[in-house]
Amino acid sequence: MSIDLPESAVPPPTEPGESSSPPSRRTFIATSAAVGGAVVAGGTFLAVPDEATAEGAAPSSRVSLTVNGTRRTVTVDNRTSLLDLLREHLGLTGSKKGCNAGACGACTVLVDGHRVNSCLTLAVRLEGAEVTTVEGLAEGDRLHPLQQAFIDEDAFQCGYCTPGQIVSGVGCIQEGHTGSPEEIREWMSGNICRCGCYVKIVRAVEQTAGRK
Amino acid sequence: MSPQPQAAVGAPLSRVDGRLKVTGQARYAAEFDIDGAVHAVIVDASIGRGRITGVDTDDAEAVPGVLRVIHHGNAPTLPYRDNSSGSNNLPGRKLRVFQDDRVLFHGQPVAVVVATTLEAAQHGASLVKVRYDAERPTTDLAEGEPGEPTGYARGDAEAGLRDADVRLDLTYRLARNHHNPMEPHATIARWDGNRLTVWDKTQWVYGTQLELSTVFGLPLDSVRVINPYVGGGFGSGLRCWPHTVVAGLAARITGRPVKLVLTRRQMYFGTGFRPSYDYRLSLGGDRNGRLVAADHRIDAETSSYETFTEAVMTPGQMLYSTPGVRQAYRTVPLDVNSPIWMRGPGAATGVFVVESAMDELAHELGIDPIELRRRNEPAQDPSNNTPFSTRRLLECYTVGAREFGWQRRKPKPRSTRDGDWLIGMGMAAGVYHTAVAPAQSRGRLNADGTAVIESATSDMGPGTYTAQTQVAADALGLAVRAVDYRLGDSRYPQTPPHGGSMTMASVGSATLDVCDQLRRQAIRLAVEDEESPLHGVSPDDIVVRGGRLHVQGNPARGESYQRLLTRNGRARLEADTSFTPPRGERFSISGYSATFTEVAVDATLGLVRVRRMLSVYDAGRIISPKLADSQAIGGMVGGIGQALLEHTVTDHRDGRIVNANLADYLVPVNADIPDLRAIYLDGEDYDADPLGVKGLAELVICGVAPALANAVFNATGRRVRELPITAEALL
Repeated sequence: MSIDLPESAVPPPTEPGESSSPPSRRTFIATSAAVGGAVVAGGTFLAVPDEATAEGAAPSSRVSLTVNGTRRTVTVDNRTSLLDLLREHLGLTGSKKGCNAGACGACTVLVDGHRVNSCLTLAVRLEGAEVTTVEGLAEGDRLHPLQQAFIDEDAFQCGYCTPGQIVSGVGCIQEGHTGSPEEIREWMSGNICRCGCYVKIVRAVEQTAGRK
Repeated sequence: MSPQPQAAVGAPLSRVDGRLKVTGQARYAAEFDIDGAVHAVIVDASIGRGRITGVDTDDAEAVPGVLRVIHHGNAPTLPYRDNSSGSNNLPGRKLRVFQDDRVLFHGQPVAVVVATTLEAAQHGASLVKVRYDAERPTTDLAEGEPGEPTGYARGDAEAGLRDADVRLDLTYRLARNHHNPMEPHATIARWDGNRLTVWDKTQWVYGTQLELSTVFGLPLDSVRVINPYVGGGFGSGLRCWPHTVVAGLAARITGRPVKLVLTRRQMYFGTGFRPSYDYRLSLGGDRNGRLVAADHRIDAETSSYETFTEAVMTPGQMLYSTPGVRQAYRTVPLDVNSPIWMRGPGAATGVFVVESAMDELAHELGIDPIELRRRNEPAQDPSNNTPFSTRRLLECYTVGAREFGWQRRKPKPRSTRDGDWLIGMGMAAGVYHTAVAPAQSRGRLNADGTAVIESATSDMGPGTYTAQTQVAADALGLAVRAVDYRLGDSRYPQTPPHGGSMTMASVGSATLDVCDQLRRQAIRLAVEDEESPLHGVSPDDIVVRGGRLHVQGNPARGESYQRLLTRNGRARLEADTSFTPPRGERFSISGYSATFTEVAVDATLGLVRVRRMLSVYDAGRIISPKLADSQAIGGMVGGIGQALLEHTVTDHRDGRIVNANLADYLVPVNADIPDLRAIYLDGEDYDADPLGVKGLAELVICGVAPALANAVFNATGRRVRELPITAEALL
């Protein structure tokens, strides 16, 4: 594992052809149901296998992706999930590992604008992808409105599921699945909160969606 | 001493750590960036009982990056000194990792693979071949051999039941539940010479410090435990589990800091659980609805190597006036890992049974469930004849019934329909005893008008940081933002475990005391200082507000902490305290609740949907109302899980837990939860503790499950005496 210095703080323009029709949330859910919870971040090319891999070492690949606006080129073990890349290699521990099996949503990040369980997404699939984690939502000191709404509504307790809830909430709002509390509940049900803050999570999402 | 104005306590403040949590900056145990850390993955036993006959590590060790495979065949003998006093360890002989070839339960750690990357450690762990001489385990509560009962008796329960107008003989079965905090248990262990530092998910840094020091034979202060944020616990972090020792051992052997994170699957046998119960209750009453006798026979699972008990008998002893009560509580040793207290320990089980049975009796006698409870409301604690400090349960009923619209409930079951859905209402009382334990704290009041308060407690979610800050701010007369409350480090003054709803009462009382001391020191300094405008004023006439000391009723005469300390050349004032709860059992002290709920049950499919829920609490003084509201609602969600979803399923052939994941062990998700409402009765209980609080975390789950079961009965006419209440049970 090696990490190159950020090449640019500016995300590169996305070529239309580079991303082959990312899945909508609906097909995303259908896919995940069909394969028993396995979710892939679609629409990105596999990274190039790393020829410099030492003999006997685990197969690894070089992959360039943009994380929270910063272009990163990294050489990763092919088995590394996006979540482990973020947490173990990039020092971005905001995305949480709750189950490592796509069942709890604590690891939710946005890949090319879509909600994804990063624990089920191999990092090497993300060549050219744009990843947004909870660390990338605020603008400087100014919190994202949903982050502020979580504080105002007290939509968390222990805080461990919170980054996933907030990123998922941002996705839910972007998708427009916020027509009613019932709809929000349905579309936020991929994120478990064991402290039981659902009532307030719904309020925070509803409020933020209403302000848009 | 004039009373300090209360500005922060009782105000609906947002969490002081909120910004850190919503931006992903709050660091949990596995998230500390420790230089040179390598990864460890545990290999767990694939048999339910027996002996290890061989461990083949060749393939694992051939994986690039794997540093070491440690198991009983090559691990050093560890001291494992006795620490039974002062720890949360259970009576028995605790599991000693890699010390012998015995397998006591499915999933027991049998080896650990340490590697430079997580991927290599995981791959290596999958390649370790362990051979066993397997025996058939006993894991079914119904098949185990119960131990000797502990018991309780008053009056003549036998005669009472024999002569009762109405007698109900009921058997309730409650499934095993797992805490499943969102953050998996995790440890990073680092040795510096003979000193061990761990970043560990725990609800008690001191307990983990004690355990590691005795396991490794180190002086207590050679072990440091750090844990500023806990991603939920609900009891699972109340004792130090074997994996924490494994991490320490792996770090010792490899000479590298080691990070070990349990998988979600390993959480089901690597940490404890709420045991399953078989609870038989015979209840006798007269025609007027007065209870005359109750006989409780309670069996609960424990492990083969430790005896776990909890206060499951308490609700049956003191919730209602019952002249004759007999209880026998037996633990049944099984080939499972040891249970541990889970939210509302004992009470969540006992209250479910008692409150379900009360509903059954109310139906049998044709008396409204609230009226039946009123007729059996005791004037003093019937278990020991002590007066209640405060018991406002009747008020909880009154407020709850009014706010919920209880009068709209139709007593006859299965009489309300909404399309395919059968609608029902149910209610239940709840109780949890208030625990208070010794706690220490230290504080500094700085010359810049800020304060730092430290205690080795935890914040697993209730808001310890926030609520303690509120208490400190008012006692010091400072703004909330001027107070820096620190916790989660064994170097801070010792506290009891962060559990049993005792943190606010215990640690909060220490916080209050240490801050009172600091304020008094400052006041003394001022009145004795000829240059102070407060010189010569009686200390009792001085209050502090916004960091400024002044004469009560005369804000103009005073000065700031800052000015006072600076003029006197004091960089800071310091104080420490050791709070000890008043001795004696003068009062029966508990929190009380009444929970009301409306459910809809699909008449053909048996699906249960919660439509509404309201709980009213007599919980003493509420320090942090905004957070207390969240905690109450979270308790309701936990109770909904206990009632309708949660069930750890074991394959009794080999002791394997078959649903050890969050897709098959069902917990409530957002779509399961309607709008929920909590009401705290205004009040305080200064017989409980100096803060007047009675504890929240446990109380708020007790009473939820029986209210739901009673509502399901009202909706369907089906009495389900097994938790969880599944669709299958209602078909």
